[in-house]
Amino acid sequence: MIRDGAVPLSNLGAGESGTVVRLYGGIGLVGRLAALGFTPGATVQVVRNSRFGPLIVSVLDTHIALGRGQAARVYVARRGNPNPR
Amino acid sequence: MNATAVTADTAVRTATIALVGQPNVGKSTVFNMLTGLNQHVGNWPGKTVERRTGTFEHRGVRVDIIDLPGTYCLTAASPEERITRDYIIQNRPDVVIAVLNASSLERNLYLVTELLALPAPLVIGLNMVDVARDEGFEIEPRVLSAAIGVPVIAMTASRGQGVRELIDAAVDIVQQGPSQEPSRPEIREDHREVMAQLLDLVGPYVPAAYPPDWITLKLLEGDEEITTLMRAALPAEVQTQVQALLRRHEDALIAVATGRYDWIRRMTRAALKRPRAGHITLTLRLDSVATHPFGGLVVLAVVLALVFGLTYTVGAPLQGWLADRLLGTIAAWAGRLLAGGPSWLSGLVIDGILGGVGTVLTFLPILVIFFAAMGFLEDVGYMARAAYVMDRFMHALGLHGKSFIPLFLGFGCNVPAIMGTRMIESARGRLLTIMLAPLVPCTARLAVLTVLAPAFFPEDPTLATWLLTGLPLVVLALGGALVSRVAIRPDDAAFIMELPLYHVPNARTIAILVWVRILAFLKKAGTIILVFSVFVWLLATLPHGDIETSYLAAAGRFLAPAGSLMGLDWRLVVALLASFIAKENSVATLGVLYGVGENTGALVDVLRANLSAASGLAFLVAQMLFIPCVAAVAAVRQETGSWRWALINVAALAVLAFVGGVVAYRLALLFL
Repeated sequence: MIRDGAVPLSNLGAGESGTVVRLYGGIGLVGRLAALGFTPGATVQVVRNSRFGPLIVSVLDTHIALGRGQAARVYVARRGNPNPR
Repeated sequence: MNATAVTADTAVRTATIALVGQPNVGKSTVFNMLTGLNQHVGNWPGKTVERRTGTFEHRGVRVDIIDLPGTYCLTAASPEERITRDYIIQNRPDVVIAVLNASSLERNLYLVTELLALPAPLVIGLNMVDVARDEGFEIEPRVLSAAIGVPVIAMTASRGQGVRELIDAAVDIVQQGPSQEPSRPEIREDHREVMAQLLDLVGPYVPAAYPPDWITLKLLEGDEEITTLMRAALPAEVQTQVQALLRRHEDALIAVATGRYDWIRRMTRAALKRPRAGHITLTLRLDSVATHPFGGLVVLAVVLALVFGLTYTVGAPLQGWLADRLLGTIAAWAGRLLAGGPSWLSGLVIDGILGGVGTVLTFLPILVIFFAAMGFLEDVGYMARAAYVMDRFMHALGLHGKSFIPLFLGFGCNVPAIMGTRMIESARGRLLTIMLAPLVPCTARLAVLTVLAPAFFPEDPTLATWLLTGLPLVVLALGGALVSRVAIRPDDAAFIMELPLYHVPNARTIAILVWVRILAFLKKAGTIILVFSVFVWLLATLPHGDIETSYLAAAGRFLAPAGSLMGLDWRLVVALLASFIAKENSVATLGVLYGVGENTGALVDVLRANLSAASGLAFLVAQMLFIPCVAAVAAVRQETGSWRWALINVAALAVLAFVGGVVAYRLALLFL
């Protein structure tokens, strides 16, 4: 189904980054995510992702805590890992 | 900026300025800096969203300033967003000041892209430039101002820098008249054609208050409120065309947002230089512990221990001093003064009125400490981390991570817990937290439990105490899970929260916050508490001066049939009713009704002799779940802005206590 190789943001481990490809969800959620910088083409980096509970994602110089369910609705193209932290 | 002061209309004497900004930009600091104590805090009509207004003088102009709720954007998704945009459109402030956090400039400019579409002149206050500099950002305010076409003022509001210049810029606009022609973002290229078509269609029918461009944009975004508004305004055949057009472009929301960020990138290209990658900041270092799944919990436990430690070492002695020394002195003095008068008068003054004042006063130390602690944790940036580590647990209750700290404070006292919900941004999340807060067993209820548990469970009072403390918490968890799914659904179950950079807190902001909250408590809740205290004292005293023959006892006897379902006689029902004033009253009342006075040891003996373990259990269960004390009810009334929720809360807990009592009694009869 996902032909472009995009994966849910929640699949990325800590330190991995990606480029936002598309968002799924109602206008409330998509509107809020877009306002925070999760727009197609934006670079995001996962700061924390433990097995349960929310993630921390870095986008536009800010750290955003993102529920697992919400992170699963942001599809990203995984990037190489040029600067591992 | 227009520098030709020749045209300045110095005759302008009043102006209205609206402050807007995303959360965590230091907007309250700017507001406090400008108004000081000259501010009024209330609620937006019918909403649980805080409304702060104030006045000040600047260059001979009297400025009314309104602090609009912090929002990331202006969709209709949350009450805050609706309030902010409706205020600007309907009330047309003379100037809108957008406060931006310089350390996340691009994200902050998103709100500016929304504001530029609204009919109000704009001034940008670029706050926290010191923090941004430390983070490695270089920003040129003048370049940014030239690009956007509105004044941009660099500020460090926490040190008072730039605030004056900000207001200068705003007052300049008021005096010279709005003549801004700012750069405005456009929708992404592939949607411009559709946008033009839609504007042609709806333009002629847009209600006068609204800018047609903005309406068109909001229709494309799929904004429910505006869609409904225009459905009513458009003739049927146009409406059909509009709908068809919108259906073909359901993805337009993303095109609008992308267009805005394209504009932001153009505006900041020359004005913003970002830090090199790999720059390890203080925030990153602190967060490696504070947001760690386990380390974070440890940090949180330490923080809470410190807050409660402070409460018991400083707050409790102060409380005692206020109650005994201050009120005792006043009561003794009043007693001497009224010694010659009728006994009912000294009773009313000393036990009724001074008792009520005492109840209000004893809340103050704990409130001051809790508000100061919360204000500090919020201002320093830690609160978001606490919410983050607790969200995984609170989520199951249908609550936001931010609900945890206020609820936890409820173990000290429910009143600051209810008032502390103000920091929860989501209005419905707040309401749900407020409604659940009275289920947190406060120290007063625990004190009652500790005194009475040995009477009914002589073998193992400690275990009984623990179980009975856990009961309301279990009910809270189940209630939260249930109510959040059926009645008070949070605006969105989504957990999306910014983790702001840590920064040095501003003492003035915290002090004003504490002062404003305390004042609000005294004015609103204090009055209600006093009135109810006197009222219940009268019920417990009239007509013959003793509680056994009082109206309250009559009420207890009247409710005795209901009480008997729980195995309670009228005395225990009266004790429950009396605990409405303050939870610890139930012990004192039982002492009087069983004729043992204040001797709790004797009370335990007489209760053990008179009551079965089943009745005792039912009483304690009912007591733990019973309606909040008058102070908590007053706080619910104050925070929700209406009696409606306060009454619903009281009714729900009364039913809960009754059902809990009956179930406990019946089960105990079977098993004990």
